[in-house]
Amino acid sequence: MSTAAAKRTPLYEQHAELGAKLVPFADWEMPVTYEGIREEHSAVRRHAGMFDVSHMGEVEVEGPGALAFLQRALSNDVTKIAIGGAQYSCLCQEDGGVLDDLFAYRLGGDRYLVVTNAANHEADLAWLGRQSRGFDVIVRDVADRYAMLAVQGPHARAVLGSALGIELPSRFRVSHVRVGRRPALACGTGYTGEDGVELLIDPEVAAPIWSELLDAGVVPCGLGARDTLRLEVCFPLHGNELTPERNPIEAGLGWCCKEATDFIGSEAIARARAEGTAEKLVAFEIEGQGIPREGNPVLHDGEPAGIVTSGTFAPSLELGAGMAYVKSELAEVGTAIEIDVRGKHRPARIASKPLYDAKRS
Amino acid sequence: MADATYPDDLRYHEEHDWARIEGDQATLGITWYAQDSLGEVVFFDPPEVGATIQKDSSYAEVESVKAVSDVIAPLSGEIVEVNDALQDNPEKVNEDPYGDGWLVKIRLTSPEEAETLLGGAEYRKMLDR
Repeated sequence: MSTAAAKRTPLYEQHAELGAKLVPFADWEMPVTYEGIREEHSAVRRHAGMFDVSHMGEVEVEGPGALAFLQRALSNDVTKIAIGGAQYSCLCQEDGGVLDDLFAYRLGGDRYLVVTNAANHEADLAWLGRQSRGFDVIVRDVADRYAMLAVQGPHARAVLGSALGIELPSRFRVSHVRVGRRPALACGTGYTGEDGVELLIDPEVAAPIWSELLDAGVVPCGLGARDTLRLEVCFPLHGNELTPERNPIEAGLGWCCKEATDFIGSEAIARARAEGTAEKLVAFEIEGQGIPREGNPVLHDGEPAGIVTSGTFAPSLELGAGMAYVKSELAEVGTAIEIDVRGKHRPARIASKPLYDAKRS
Repeated sequence: MADATYPDDLRYHEEHDWARIEGDQATLGITWYAQDSLGEVVFFDPPEVGATIQKDSSYAEVESVKAVSDVIAPLSGEIVEVNDALQDNPEKVNEDPYGDGWLVKIRLTSPEEAETLLGGAEYRKMLDR
C-alpha cells in the first residue's frame, strides 16, 4: 500500500451518506456494497442499478494521426469505428501480453476517448505517450474531467431517459448529450451483461444526478455486485484474467485482435493463434458445495491442471462459479475438474460462456 | 439485519465469536459484528460431528459472496452437533446470529477456559476501542 491518501470520487459523500462499505481499490476508496451484494446484483438483473465508476481513467487521443496511432496501439481494427461508435480492444505489449483492456469511443473525426482501468491508468497513459512518438497526435489525460456513472439493467434506459430527459445511444454507440446542463457523453456500454448506459459527466454535477437517479428508483450498487455480475457473463477483469503475462488468444479475446492491422504485439498474437496456447481461459461451475476463489489450484484426475483467476458465489446461478486458466486439452465444455478450495477438492465442470445469459433467462 | 446487539447471557471471544454455555456443553456462533463485517453469508462449511476443536483455533469457515472467514473456537471441545439448517439457509447467520444462526454445539473439554472470555459489555467496549 502506498502511504498517499486514497483518492475519492465526486460521489464519496453520497456513498458515505448511504452507509456504503468503503474499501481501498487501486488507490481509490470505493463502495463495495450498500445494502448487500446479492440485492444489488439482482437489482441490476431485474430492474436498474447504478455504479460510481469514476475511478476509471479517460485518455483523449486527438489529431490528424489519431487513427493511425490507435490502429498501432490497440488490438482491434480501429478503422471500423464510425463517428459516435465504440469498440473493445486490448492494449498489448510487443510479446502480446495484455497491458489493459479498454473501450475506445470515436467522439469526432480525429478525436477518440479511451477508458482505462483505474489500476492501469497511469501506466497506460505513459505507454500511450511513448508509443505516440512519430504520430501527429496529442495524448491527453482527461480523467479529472469526468465522473463516470454506469446505469445498468433491463429498465436502465427507460429510467435514465425519463429522469434525465436525454436521448440514449444504442449498444456500442456514444452520443454527446447534456446532463445537469453540462456537456456529457452517454455510452451504450457496460460490464454487467445487461442493457445499460455509461455516463461520462462533469464531476460538479455528479452528486445531483446521482440523487435524481436514486429518487427515480435506481439502486446504488458497489464493486461487489459489479464483480459478480461481470463474472456471471464471463467478462474478463484486468489483473485477474488479463495480465502482461497472458496474451489475448489464451484469454479467449482473439475476436478483438486483428493482426492484419499490425498493432503492437500482433506478431506474437498471430503466432499464438496459429500454434495454439498451452492454456486457455474457461468458465466453470462447482457441482455441489464450495465457493472457488482467485488463486485456487485446478486439478484433473488429481494432477495440477490450472489456476482459478476469479471465483465467487454467483448470485443469479446460486452456486460457486468462476473462471480459470486450464491446460488447453482440458478446455472443452463439460470436462470434469476439481477445484482445490483451501485443501478441499470440490468437483466442478467446465461450462459454456457466458455462465449467465441475460437474454435467455 | 437488525441493529447491533450483544446479549449479556453469552460469553465472547475477541475474534468475534460467542458461546452459550449450558452445563458441560456450549453452543457457538459468530457475533453481530462478525456477520455485519462479512456481509450476506452464502455458505457455512462445518466441521464433522466428533471432531475436536481447540480454543483460539479455526474450526469452520463462513463465506459471503466476496470473502471467506475462518471461525475461531472460543472454547475447546468436541463437536456434538452442527446446524444443518444452515446448508439451505446460510443467511440465518445474518438474520439471527444468536438464535437460528448458531453454528455448532460442543461438549467442553476445558470448561475453565470460559473465565478468559468477555461479557457482553466488555466485548462491546472492545469493539468501541
